Amino acid sequence: MTQTLNLGRIVRLSLLSFGALVFLAPYIFMISAAGKAQADIFASSLSLVPQQWYYVENIQKAMSRVDIPTLLWNGVVVCGIILIIQVMVAVPCAYAMAKLQFRGSRFMMALVMLGLLVPIHATALPLYVAFDTLSMLNSYAALVAPFSISVFAIFLFLQFFRALPDDLIHAARLDGMSELGVVARVILPNAWPAVTAFAIFSVVAHWNDLFWPLIVVTNSDYATPPLGLLFFRAAEAGDDYGALMAATLIITLPLVLAFLMAQKRFVEGIAMTGLKG
Amino acid sequence: MFALRNIVKSFGSNAILQSVTVEAEAGEFIALVGPSGCGKSTLLRIAAGLDHCDSGEILLAGKPVTGLSASDRNVAMVFQSYALYPHLTAGQNIAVPLAMRELSTAQRLPIIGRFMGGSAAIRSNIQERVKDMGVSLKIDHLLDRKPGQMSGGQRQRVALARAMVRRPAVFLMDEPLSNLDANLRVHARGEIVDLHRKAGVPTLYVTHDQSEALSMADRVAVMIGGKMLQLDTPQTIYENPTHVEVARFIGQPRINLLESRLNANRLVRFGSVELVAPAAGENDTVTLGFRPEFVRLAAPGAGLSAQVERLEFLGSEIILFARLHGMGETIVVKLAPAEARTLTAGASVNLSVDPAHIMLFDGKTGARLKADVVEAPAHMKATLHG
Repeated sequence: MTQTLNLGRIVRLSLLSFGALVFLAPYIFMISAAGKAQADIFASSLSLVPQQWYYVENIQKAMSRVDIPTLLWNGVVVCGIILIIQVMVAVPCAYAMAKLQFRGSRFMMALVMLGLLVPIHATALPLYVAFDTLSMLNSYAALVAPFSISVFAIFLFLQFFRALPDDLIHAARLDGMSELGVVARVILPNAWPAVTAFAIFSVVAHWNDLFWPLIVVTNSDYATPPLGLLFFRAAEAGDDYGALMAATLIITLPLVLAFLMAQKRFVEGIAMTGLKG
Repeated sequence: MFALRNIVKSFGSNAILQSVTVEAEAGEFIALVGPSGCGKSTLLRIAAGLDHCDSGEILLAGKPVTGLSASDRNVAMVFQSYALYPHLTAGQNIAVPLAMRELSTAQRLPIIGRFMGGSAAIRSNIQERVKDMGVSLKIDHLLDRKPGQMSGGQRQRVALARAMVRRPAVFLMDEPLSNLDANLRVHARGEIVDLHRKAGVPTLYVTHDQSEALSMADRVAVMIGGKMLQLDTPQTIYENPTHVEVARFIGQPRINLLESRLNANRLVRFGSVELVAPAAGENDTVTLGFRPEFVRLAAPGAGLSAQVERLEFLGSEIILFARLHGMGETIVVKLAPAEARTLTAGASVNLSVDPAHIMLFDGKTGARLKADVVEAPAHMKATLHG
């Protein structure tokens, strides 16, 4: 703050601000449109500031036409369960692969790398058929199950655990911990930066995911936020973009707030040192 | 009692431990010393249960534990890196081994565990003992700090406290002082010995620093190349090494070792003495050994003549490096500063070796030979028949 503004700094700051503006433009446009009346949106002049403030009306309209609390709840449940299961599976798995010697660990490593290469789109059809056969479409299970094992998480944690000193694990064993105890009491608390980083990736990806919910969910009771918006746009809103943008604003807000809060912890976590003796 | 018997361990075709045996009496402090790569740390890890031996037997408190995992053996270890849990405070670190052993699985659960029957009493008892341990190691003011906020010496104390807070069957220490600065190290030596005496638990202490081993241990085990060469009191190890490698490794400055050959009568002349090797054995190469403090300056014309190569002033003593005439070997002599005052590099000196302290080793196997030392005939003085 006390730095003086010289030319180089001004150039740098303007470039950065311009870049930020480009990335933020759609979001800003959404915020603006959410506060405009129908006539205002279709007016020939393009202005970011609404002529009349229509936020309350648009939000009310959106709330009355879409069951937004259900959408948000579904989003929280689906993302939460996915994240918890992913961490519960990936942490012990990555620990075993990073720190224990067992037969087949190289083969497992190859499988993880292979898993990283296969996108969900390739397996979507067989998975859909499987869920259909089990009559499990339109359920939380169908939304969660395909993502319960994240090879990306295993890979991320594996890299992180390799850097943890072996002596720490030896000390834990000598203090009387079982292998699960080591994972729960020593590995997980020290892996917090990696878990936070992964949580951001995972929650953002699954909160915003439209592809998979669109395949397995046709009932709005289980719709995740993006799918709910799609139903809303297709069936009810028609060309009422003000209400649509207001609904979008509501469903993106939790993620933005969560990220802003987690970001601080995330940076703190990365700055946490002192793992070495 | 604690014992490691005939421990064999190899990685692939690389034999790390070749039938090593160490037995400790109750309350004994044994230092395992050897150059790096001699297998001493591997032996310690096998004792801890962090590694498994190919064959051999491990007894802790008189009970065989060979197949047991580390968490089921009642051992405590101090690591070279200290291995403190970075996410816990010093006090919590010290409490971990107590909590793991004294609270049941249900009582250890977060939040719920606090309401399990009996948990509160055990927890407050643990807190009490952690505090006592902190006071006795003078770290009670640090118990709320995390390892990242402590200095190396403070971390070392916390690691020591974590190992000593319960009564294990054996303490294992893997070079716990090697990350401290020199002053602190000497101070910490005395403290560890005191703590060990108070606790009375057998201790196996691994170090590559021979002065640490000699000064701290009741008995010193010298390991070289995966073999236990000698296990005895520090004094015996120093004065009466049974193997040339032990003699070479122990002692600062190093022992003087001279290669030589026995003549037909199985004797070797050195200075004014003759050493007679035992009759048995066909090998005729031997190694003569004598420590630097048993070499004295002799009158001109007497003893071995040599040329001063270098002098090192160490305050209370002077180390003299002298090249023997005729042999070309350099020997090391430890002198009092008063004796060496007149010496300068390049000067000629005459040296005599105390005959009672010359040792003879087999040139091939390195084993100590029982030699008879006799005064040589006068005309043979000052020669060494090589």
